[in-house]
Amino acid sequence: MISSRKEKTFNLLFIVPALVLFLVFNLYPLLRTIQLSFFEWNGIDKDMLFIGFAQYKHIIFSNPAFWKSMWNAAYITLLCLTLQNGLALLLAILVNRQIKGENIFRVIFFLPPVLSGIVVGLIWKFIYDGNFGILNTCLISLGFEQFKDFAWLSEIKTALSSVAVVHMWKGFGYGFIIFLAGLQTIPNELYESAEVDGANKWQQFINVTVPSMIPVFTMVSVLTVLGAMQIFDLIYSMTQGGPAGHTDVPITKIYQYMNNGEFGYSTAMAVVFGMLLLIVSLIQFYVSKKIKN
Amino acid sequence: MNMLKKKSFLDIITYVILIVVAITCIFPVFWMLSSSLKTNEEIFKNMSLLPETWQWGNYAEAFLKAKFGMYFLNSLFYTIVGVGAIVIITSMAAYAFARLEFWGKNILFFLLISTLLIPIPGAFVPLYLLLKSLHLLDTRTGLLLCYISGGIAFGLFLLKSFFEDLPKEIEEAALIDGCSRFGIYWKIALPLAKPAVATLVIIQCLNIWNEFLLALVVLQDTSKMPIQRGLMVFQGTHMTDYPLLMAGLTIATVPIVIIYLLLQKHIVKGITAGAVKG
Repeated sequence: MISSRKEKTFNLLFIVPALVLFLVFNLYPLLRTIQLSFFEWNGIDKDMLFIGFAQYKHIIFSNPAFWKSMWNAAYITLLCLTLQNGLALLLAILVNRQIKGENIFRVIFFLPPVLSGIVVGLIWKFIYDGNFGILNTCLISLGFEQFKDFAWLSEIKTALSSVAVVHMWKGFGYGFIIFLAGLQTIPNELYESAEVDGANKWQQFINVTVPSMIPVFTMVSVLTVLGAMQIFDLIYSMTQGGPAGHTDVPITKIYQYMNNGEFGYSTAMAVVFGMLLLIVSLIQFYVSKKIKN
Repeated sequence: MNMLKKKSFLDIITYVILIVVAITCIFPVFWMLSSSLKTNEEIFKNMSLLPETWQWGNYAEAFLKAKFGMYFLNSLFYTIVGVGAIVIITSMAAYAFARLEFWGKNILFFLLISTLLIPIPGAFVPLYLLLKSLHLLDTRTGLLLCYISGGIAFGLFLLKSFFEDLPKEIEEAALIDGCSRFGIYWKIALPLAKPAVATLVIIQCLNIWNEFLLALVVLQDTSKMPIQRGLMVFQGTHMTDYPLLMAGLTIATVPIVIIYLLLQKHIVKGITAGAVKG
């Protein structure tokens, strides 16, 4: 349909509300973040002090607490990439074997991702509770007396891993659903012709399933990294970053600096963190392209 | 014979793994429900799976005294208004991008969905400052505007391709009959897009109902807080009142689980559309 000049202008009205919201609430905050990251500013004063890259330098070279929080998030992310996605793939393959009750398992496995981070965090905080959590009660009744009054979330050794377990519990169903959808798009003929060629189940998995699933693997791993690195609700509801920063993650750090009124510094940290996330995502896409060729 | 044995052995292993994982998924939710109906003494003393006597009174107390009723209504308000606005705003724009001609169409589309591809962590810091300068900090409007703008990219992405796949003939006929462009969008295209709109509605319901960080940054006044925020307020002041806390968690969870069970096919569609295509 060819439109006249007048129509072309009138048609713009359809996108005006979306465009205005985007400009004011998405684009402006992004530009403002970059601008503020070069200033020292407490959010109240009229004057903002331009200090160039000083805050970036400080974050990158002299803020071990920030790098500690990056490491904490990276630790959770690595566990998710291996254990959580491994489990998700295994379950997807099992459910894809045309078993009875496929839909029931699908509904149950996707229940944790539907729950809010706060709800999940608070339920598990109760389960982990040192004095009257059911986890310790079970462990003690199995004969592990050493867990009497053991506070999982306040011990330096266990706090981060305990939170990571909850994040994986909440997240594996997400990967499972995507893997299952991916498996179901692989045409049956591919397996049939592999079978004709005498390939056993394992060879079929390596030669048919894995190559067809590479784009899905990439997508799931990118989403896993973005989700786990930006973890916040679970940390906030379970440990608030404690004990002594051992479960701090980048978003809790940015939030803390903002709460202290260090707006320039917190935005600089957001930019550093955002750039690192972008680089990691791009590397993942690049590697997947290399493997595919 | 051997093959059959091997197959049924594999089936047993499959079911054992699936059932163990399924129980692990359900148990924490079951534990929340069960604990919400216990007395505080029961929580501290024994670990029976079910309450001795079911304390339904906990829910009355949670709704009224612990203010979960108020938080619940707030969440309902944010979710309904936010999702409604997202549907109208994004479907209008998506229709235009799919069907109409205007200046800078392609560039604008990629600009608008770019937030799907580029992670912007810590956007809450400039949003806080923006709302402050607009005098919208600690207001319902301010929080809603953040939620609505957060849903635009996904909505556009989902609906545009759906509108493109609709047959053009009906719309062309309506145009010849003198129907206006807006009339065609509203009366013909939008009703036809129901399946995609349903997916968008459910995904955004989950997003807004479960959102916490923006509610934390934007709101101070408890009477405006959504339930996720209310749960943290309650937990902060009544550390060890576990039955009431668990009742609050249940109240925050029931609507989302009902929507999920009724419409899970649409949720799965939304998730896989976003992930596999993206």
